[in-house]
Amino acid sequence: MEKREFVCIGCPLGCNVTVDTEGGQIRSIAGNTCPRGADYVTKELTDPRRIVTSLVRVKGGELPVVSVKTEADIPKDRIGECIGVLKDIELQAPVRMGQVVAEDICGTGIRVIATRADAAL
Amino acid sequence: MKKDLVIIGGGPAGLAAAIAARDAGVEDLLILERDARLGGILNQCIHNGFGLHTFREELTGPEYAGRYIDQVLARDIPCKLNTMVVDLSDVPRGAEGEKGEAEGGPKPERPEGRKKSVCLVTVMNREEGIYTIEAGAVILAMGCRERSRGALNIPGFRPAGIYSAGTAQRYVNMEGRMPGREVVILGSGDIGLIMARRMTLEGARVKLVAELMPYSGGLKRNIVQCLDDFGIPLKLSHTVVDIRGKERVEAVVIARVDEYSRPIPGTEETVTCDTLLLSCGLIPENELSDSLGVEMNPATNGPKVNESLETDREGVFACGNVLHVHDLVDYVSEEAAQAGRRAAAFLDGRLEKTKREIPIRAVDGVRYTVPASLDTGRMEETQVVRFRVGNVYRDAAIEISFDGKVVSSRKKKVLAPGEMEQINLKKADLEQYGDLKEIRIAIRPADGGKQ
Repeated sequence: MEKREFVCIGCPLGCNVTVDTEGGQIRSIAGNTCPRGADYVTKELTDPRRIVTSLVRVKGGELPVVSVKTEADIPKDRIGECIGVLKDIELQAPVRMGQVVAEDICGTGIRVIATRADAAL
Repeated sequence: MKKDLVIIGGGPAGLAAAIAARDAGVEDLLILERDARLGGILNQCIHNGFGLHTFREELTGPEYAGRYIDQVLARDIPCKLNTMVVDLSDVPRGAEGEKGEAEGGPKPERPEGRKKSVCLVTVMNREEGIYTIEAGAVILAMGCRERSRGALNIPGFRPAGIYSAGTAQRYVNMEGRMPGREVVILGSGDIGLIMARRMTLEGARVKLVAELMPYSGGLKRNIVQCLDDFGIPLKLSHTVVDIRGKERVEAVVIARVDEYSRPIPGTEETVTCDTLLLSCGLIPENELSDSLGVEMNPATNGPKVNESLETDREGVFACGNVLHVHDLVDYVSEEAAQAGRRAAAFLDGRLEKTKREIPIRAVDGVRYTVPASLDTGRMEETQVVRFRVGNVYRDAAIEISFDGKVVSSRKKKVLAPGEMEQINLKKADLEQYGDLKEIRIAIRPADGGKQ
């Protein structure tokens, strides 16, 4: 049996979650305060994912950049690629909060949306 | 100009206080914000993780702010942007006529004794110049600022390339500019950790995060997702002892420190970099509170408040990071809403004068409590008491005692200075206790559990 320790990133509580695995199979999960913790470590062992927050350029707005996020978590090893794609996107102001910036980021099937509104100048 | 309620600051605390005050019946209120937009520091915190507690979903900073800004706009609460409060002072004697209110047309009703303004707010902006507002009540919601290089006393030259983590955050996330390419971060506060990830994603190389203390000052989740995910080393018990470079930072020298935080000779290591970010703690921004002369709490650097979040100046309330630095904005909003409700109660005379203040004492590992006292006659049904501990404890208990008798003991797996704790006191329990003289909150470590 193998024991692994994780800090759950589901919320700021940051529970210390312990997982016992045997032959790649999860035997038990302990230390999590809520079901999110169990989900997190299960994913972390099989398919680690993160929500990505970054910026895209805006033309003609109050500020030169607007913040964006992936609507759901994407595979951790695709973060760099995702950031690269966002760097090449330029929006035209005005930008609405929640406006779709990319329909399917890096073929993950996940949308990227603006998290701030920007008025046109 | 006269206003029933003036709220200083349009960040998360000011917004939540304004909404709660309006919902509790305050018609005549004004938010004063020095920046060009509402939302405060949340606007530059583009990472996610906000609002899980309040909205049960994970929002980014601008989205969280947006929820409150929408509520402020929906209520037509007046705000003045680009407006700086430069002074808070006493209302000069004779400046306010007793009958002034009656003549002023349809003013909101205030019972006898609450007609007076509690202070004079001097504000300034480009359009209107400098002028004063007489406020019937004031909510201090000015937030906090970062500890600067000067305050840290780091030796070395003074080249370009040294920023507080929050300044760098504003440059990158709002102005779209990169402060540097090769970065060392001093201090493992949350903003520093978040910026380690941001700078990395923007193409910079973050070489390490050095932390003076033997533990991180930030949330554990941020160590995982901002440092571990990107292989950025966190060097605990390390500090910067020298900054090299005359025009621009060329390198910093880090060294291990002993248990008294003194650099250990022989452990120095030179790290080449062009940028040093400082994330070494936040200080409530209380110049205005000081100018009014409210009593401060040396442990928080914020005003000392009672159960109504009222300072020792009647009608002057404080909430959010100006009161004590929080780690979760959700709790700022919660606290600020209470300040808003209490200010509303004060304005319509429902907040009676304090009759019997019971001190809440922070002892044995507890650094401070907010509030610092309570009056059972004035308190709401449940009072949240927030506090921080001064050390890392494992398997310890938070103990509450009334007049020396332990009334509650709650086990906690880990207690750390970086994470704010809270307990709830119920009005019914306190009243049942009768003539209570003192409430104590203490940490009871497990055997040898103290680290």
